[in-house]
Amino acid sequence: MNLDTPSSPHIHSGIHITGMMVRVCLALVPAIIAYTWFFGWGLCINILIAVGTALGAEALMLRIRQRPIVPFLTDGSAVLTGLLLAFCLPPFSPWWITVMGTAFAIIVAKQLYGGLGYNPFNPAMVGYVMLLISFPLEMTQWVPPNIVNQLQIGFLDTLNIIFTGNFPYLLNIDALSMATPLDTVKTELGLNITVSEIVRSNAIFGDFGGVGWEWVGNWVLLGGIWLIYKRIITWHIPLALMGSLLVISFFFFMLDPDTYASPMFHLFSGGTLLAAFFIATDPVSASTTPRGRIFFGIGIGILIYVIRTWGSYPDGVAFAVLLMNMAAPTIDYYTQPRVFGYKKDYEKQPSKPGDGGNS
Amino acid sequence: MRRLFQFHGGVSLKEHKKDAMTRPVKTALLPKQLILPLQQHIGAPAEAVVAIGDKVLKGQLIARPSNTVSAPVHASSSGTVVAITKHPVSHPSHLDAPCIIIDTDGEERWHTDRQPVANYHELPPEKVREHIRDAGIVGMGGAGFPAHIKLNPSNHVVDTLILNGAECEPYITCDEMLLRERALEVIVGLRIMRYALQAKRCIIGIENNKAAAFRALQEQVRNTGADFIDVIQVPTVYPTGGEKQLIQVLTGKEVPASGLPLDIGVVCHNVGTAYAVYRAIEFGEPLISRYVTIAGSVAHACNLEVPIGTPVIDLIEECGGNRNTLSRVILGGPMMGTALHDITAPITKTTNCILVNSTIGDVPLPSRDKHVMPCIRCGNCATACPIDLLPQQLYWYSRAKDFDKVQDYHLFDCIECGCCDYVCPSQIPLVHYFRYAKTEIWAQQREKTLADIARERHQFREQRLEREKQEKQERHKKKRAALKPAGNAASKEEEAKKAVIQAAMDRAKAKRESNVSKPKNTQNLTTEQQQKISETDARRTKLNNDTTDKQDVQRDLLQDNNP
Repeated sequence: MNLDTPSSPHIHSGIHITGMMVRVCLALVPAIIAYTWFFGWGLCINILIAVGTALGAEALMLRIRQRPIVPFLTDGSAVLTGLLLAFCLPPFSPWWITVMGTAFAIIVAKQLYGGLGYNPFNPAMVGYVMLLISFPLEMTQWVPPNIVNQLQIGFLDTLNIIFTGNFPYLLNIDALSMATPLDTVKTELGLNITVSEIVRSNAIFGDFGGVGWEWVGNWVLLGGIWLIYKRIITWHIPLALMGSLLVISFFFFMLDPDTYASPMFHLFSGGTLLAAFFIATDPVSASTTPRGRIFFGIGIGILIYVIRTWGSYPDGVAFAVLLMNMAAPTIDYYTQPRVFGYKKDYEKQPSKPGDGGNS
Repeated sequence: MRRLFQFHGGVSLKEHKKDAMTRPVKTALLPKQLILPLQQHIGAPAEAVVAIGDKVLKGQLIARPSNTVSAPVHASSSGTVVAITKHPVSHPSHLDAPCIIIDTDGEERWHTDRQPVANYHELPPEKVREHIRDAGIVGMGGAGFPAHIKLNPSNHVVDTLILNGAECEPYITCDEMLLRERALEVIVGLRIMRYALQAKRCIIGIENNKAAAFRALQEQVRNTGADFIDVIQVPTVYPTGGEKQLIQVLTGKEVPASGLPLDIGVVCHNVGTAYAVYRAIEFGEPLISRYVTIAGSVAHACNLEVPIGTPVIDLIEECGGNRNTLSRVILGGPMMGTALHDITAPITKTTNCILVNSTIGDVPLPSRDKHVMPCIRCGNCATACPIDLLPQQLYWYSRAKDFDKVQDYHLFDCIECGCCDYVCPSQIPLVHYFRYAKTEIWAQQREKTLADIARERHQFREQRLEREKQEKQERHKKKRAALKPAGNAASKEEEAKKAVIQAAMDRAKAKRESNVSKPKNTQNLTTEQQQKISETDARRTKLNNDTTDKQDVQRDLLQDNNP
């Protein structure tokens, strides 16, 4: 008889990386449906392309790196990276944009750094920034909401657009595409038009952000709250990020509402909510201490506002996240929690090996 | 309603406590052989006072404490000592430990020299503590620290004596059953302990999933009119039963790191210890049995009152377990228990539970995956840690063997409760890494201590050699200095010697010279011979004179000097 003698504890909660990743993906599903409703099948096709590419690139790199393929391919992290990147791309992006961005994210930003758990930067954001810098034209070809419904661009038409670039009715992307609300605000502010005039004169603006965008935002928010409820993520980063963005945008909005967009516009536009709940909360590249996460979130919120308002890009989510990724290890170092038994009036030194535990 | 506090983190675990509580506590069957380890407590092992072949009686002292932090061992039943040898015991190292092995005779004859205390209030507290020490009572919650030491307030004032009935680990129900069935005895034990400590008030902390035990305690407290005892229900969160955690929940105070609860005026004891104290004072019975839960893959999960020293396998079989299908036997709970490598190991004073896993039937323990994934820095571990550590940093530095850094992150404040491990989505055996790091650091420290001693010795030796050399030189110098006048005399002596030698040489020379002019055989010569010699001499002289004038002159001179 051979008795098994592992080290305690002898039980486990059963929680697994795959389970966490799958839940994050599930939390995005309502937002994906809303997105598809307003902007057509493009997102769904992009997701399929991105996820396929992500899995392929992951498998290839695992093979080259001689790592076990099955456990790492089924952990769900590559799927999530593909999903998030696809969510950030314009819905009618050519297929090679998606493939390139995802492959870059997985191969360079993740696997070359050592794979799951070792990447200092959020892979999806690295892929996105690479695309944004390298292919600015393709990356800004956004379509207005509901146009797909008006033009009745179906699933096959969308496939055709993405893989061949041929639009139905002899249209082309230049005729269809339109600046996003954030872009519009940025451009027209440059023309000395006030924010209220911009919002009034453009049909793309809704109650808070852009028409359609704000609904996608609502579902992202709900999905994020569900993740907090399920304890996949903690409240620290989303709350700090949104809070700091609201505070700083409120301050400038009160200072001059003509030059600075409203706090709610900032919250419901672009990638704010997606970043708050799904991107900045990527555990690998984010800060891990509770206090550190608050600083991390605040940093991203402020950087988003700074880049949007004074930078040259209309949205700054990706850059803000990557910049704070860099700061995460330092933040973690300086925000270690106070360990039990080290109140101020006690000694500060860590316990010595000779000290007893609990008895 | 008392205000309760919260400790950081913790986890909610499935209890699995119902099965073993369906049956009342019975006394376990007497085993054929009792195996009594000399060390069942923290501190120095006891020293055997019996020899092989000795007949012993139930409750007889068989090993005495070797120093102040130690505890005696008593025979759990009557019989014959058949061996004092190393035997497998429950220990993570799987090393055998010295044990006294007794073949029981089944007669259960008690030792006659029992000394119950009729009224402990009449004794000074230190006498009560002595009784408790002599009964071999140690902390029965698992750590096994000698109870008489923890019942000594030394120079502190004890504000609160906490009795720990939290029992937060799944499966374990021995404390709960004890409280249900022996509430009055536990409370009497608590009062004795309070007297020994001179504590102001007492709190019995009990998890809110133990309603029957709570009610029993409350009733007995009411009946005995002990208004200084509060029975408090605490939330069921693992690890509430940890000493530091329970103190925090009940008092809001944190035991200082590398300090004792006594430093904040609190002392915490297990309910089982209180019961043992009651038996020791009221009946003069030493600690020779305890309540043990047998749960998991056995037909009848239950609690038994087990003679200390009973082999684990006897109890498993008594509860309907099959020795051939065992896969894992854990002594203690599933979170902090030790997996046993040999089922003949005995129950000790600190064993509260036997958790049996079998290869057939349902496996009660959902273990972590064998495949360990990389840490994804999710921070679940830090959220669950009751000490507010950063287990992932500890893991990282333990793995990198950066033992300085790992201590900076407070490795030695880790209580190894296993919460971090339990919630890790990457299935990393975190506690295992922490134990490894601790063991390595201890080993390094031992080595360092030895190296320090060796270096000191070496330096001392070097110093000694140097000193000896100097002393030698000093001695020589002194001697030389002392010899200096004598040295002058010696030279005079030498001169005298030389003079003697010179004189001798001179004498010899003179002798030689005189010999030249005076041949030896010239005494009894005839005249003729004399004449002949004279002639020869004359001729020789003539010849010599012819050679050189100088020689002539010399010879003449010589002849003049020596006629």
